[in-house]
Amino acid sequence: MKFNAMTAVAALMLAVPGVALAGPDDDKMVINGETEMTTKAPLPAHMEDANMDEIMSGWHFRSDETQALQMDDFDNPGMIFVDAGMDQWNAVEGSEGNSCATCHEGPESMKGVRAVYPKWDEEAGEVQTLAMQINDCRENNMGAEPYKYSGGQMANMEALISLQSRGMPVNVAIDGPAKETWEKGKELYYTRTGQLELSCANCHEDSYGMMIRADHLSQGQINGFPVYRLKNAKLNTVHGRFKGCVRDTRAETYKPGSDAFVALELYVASRGNGLSVEGPSVRN
Amino acid sequence: MKLSTTILAAAVLTAGAAQAGPVAPGDVQYGEYGEVTESLTGVPGDPENGANVMKNKGIGNCIACHQVTALNDAPFHGEIGPPLDGVADRWGEAELRGILADAKKTFPDSMMPSYYKVEGFVRPGNAYTGKAAEGELDPLLTAQQIEDVVAFLSTLKYED
Ligand code: HEC
Ligand code: HEC
Repeated sequence: MKFNAMTAVAALMLAVPGVALAGPDDDKMVINGETEMTTKAPLPAHMEDANMDEIMSGWHFRSDETQALQMDDFDNPGMIFVDAGMDQWNAVEGSEGNSCATCHEGPESMKGVRAVYPKWDEEAGEVQTLAMQINDCRENNMGAEPYKYSGGQMANMEALISLQSRGMPVNVAIDGPAKETWEKGKELYYTRTGQLELSCANCHEDSYGMMIRADHLSQGQINGFPVYRLKNAKLNTVHGRFKGCVRDTRAETYKPGSDAFVALELYVASRGNGLSVEGPSVRN
Repeated sequence: MKLSTTILAAAVLTAGAAQAGPVAPGDVQYGEYGEVTESLTGVPGDPENGANVMKNKGIGNCIACHQVTALNDAPFHGEIGPPLDGVADRWGEAELRGILADAKKTFPDSMMPSYYKVEGFVRPGNAYTGKAAEGELDPLLTAQQIEDVVAFLSTLKYED
C-alpha cells in the first residue's frame, strides 16, 4: 500500500508541478505558553508491523489557525464545556445524595486517569472506557441516571477529567486480561466495512497526510478527545467520531458504548501510547 | 414523417435494449487482468455525463481520491489514487471498464471502491445513514454511468 501511495505522490509531483503536498507539519504545541506537549512519538512496540514510522497527533494536520485555538485556554472553545463539566461534578444528583465531589473532592484527584483508559476492571470482569466508569459511578455510587453514552453531559465530564491529565503520555495497557478485547479491536481496525470497503487503516494508516477531497487525513488518533470541532461547534466523543467514520464507508455502524466500539477504543488508544493527552482539543 | 422516424428509432432502441439489456453486476465477465471487454449496456457512453458522475459527491465522487485537470472546475481533488490525466494512454476501454466495475480485480487490495458490485460486503449500510442496508444493494453506479465514465476517461490523452 505504501508503495502505491508513494507512486501516486511521485506521479502527482510530476504531473502538477508546484502543488503543495499536504503532509503533517513540524509545529510545536505549547499550551498557554508553558506546557510543552508530545505530539509526535516513536511507534509503540505493538505497531512494529504497521505501515508507518511514527505516531502523530491529529493537531499536526490542522491549519495554523485551528492549531492556535488549542494552544490558548482562553481561545479553546472546549474550555466552556470543561466549566459545564465542573458544575456537573459538584451537582448532587440521584437517590444517595452524592455528587462526584462527595467521593473524589476536586477534579484534580482525576490526574492520570484519562491517560490509562480504557482499562481492565477486575470487578466488572471487562474492559471499561472512561464513559462506562463515569456511568458506573452515577448509577451505583449516586443512584442517578446514566448519561447518554455519547451525549453532551458525558462529553463535558470527559473534558473535565481529560484536562487533569493534559500533557501526560497516553499509556493504556494491552496485555493481561485486556489482551482479548485489544485483539478484537485490532481486527475491527483492519476490517474493510461497508459498500466502499474501507477500513480505519486504509484511511488513517495507509493514507494519512493525504487529501481525501477537502479533508486532510490524520492518523485518527484519540489522544485529543473529547474534541471540539469547528464544523459542528460542539464537543465530540470518541464513539461519536467512530460512528461517523464507519458511516462514511456506507456501512451499518456500531452503537456508541457497544462492545465493538469499546474494543476499538482500546485498540486505537494503544496506537497513541506515548502521545500527550490533549483533551479537550480543537479540530475542524 | 418526423413522427414515424421517432417511432422507428424508439423501436430500434427498445429492440437493442431487450437484446443486450444492462449486464447485471453478478454477470460481468472479467478477463485475466480484470478487464471487461463487453459494454455493460450496448449504449455508447456520454462523456459529458461521465465527467459529472466523477465530480459529483453524491454520485461517483472520483475526485475525492484522484486529480483530474479536465475537471478543475470542481473544487478539491484528493491524493489517494494516481492523477488521471493521460489515463487513456495507459489503459484501453476494456481495462478502464474493469477498473471502474471492480478495481480490486485489476489492483488487488486496492483502496478504490468497486462501483459495480453488490455482494460480499461486511456490514453493508443503507447509503450514508449508518443503518443496515434493506434488501438488495444497488451498485454505486448504474451500468450506463459506468459507460459514461469510461467514455470520459477515454478522452484523457496526452498523445493523439
Ligand atoms: C474514508 C476514509 C476514512 C475511514 C475509512 C475512516 N476515517 Fe476516521 N477520519 C476520516 C477523516 C476525513 C477525518 C477528519 C480528518 C482527520 O482527522 O483525519 C477522520 C477523523 C478521525 C478521527 C479524529 C482524529 C482527531 O484528531 O480529531 C478519529 C479518532 C478517527 N477518524 C478514527 C477512525 C476509525 C477508528 C476508523 C475505523 C472505524 C476510521 N476513522 C475510518 C476519514 C476516515
Ligand atoms: C477511495 C479512493 C478512490 C476512489 C473514490 C476512486 N479511486 Fe480510482 N484509484 C484509487 C487508487 C488507490 C488507485 C491506484 C490503484 C491501486 O490501488 O494500486 C486507483 C486507480 C484508478 C485508475 C487507474 C489509474 C492509472 O493511471 O493506472 C483509474 C482509471 C481510476 N482509478 C478511476 C477512478 C474513477 C473513474 C473513480 C470514480 C468513479 C475512482 N477511480 C474512484 C483510489 C480511488
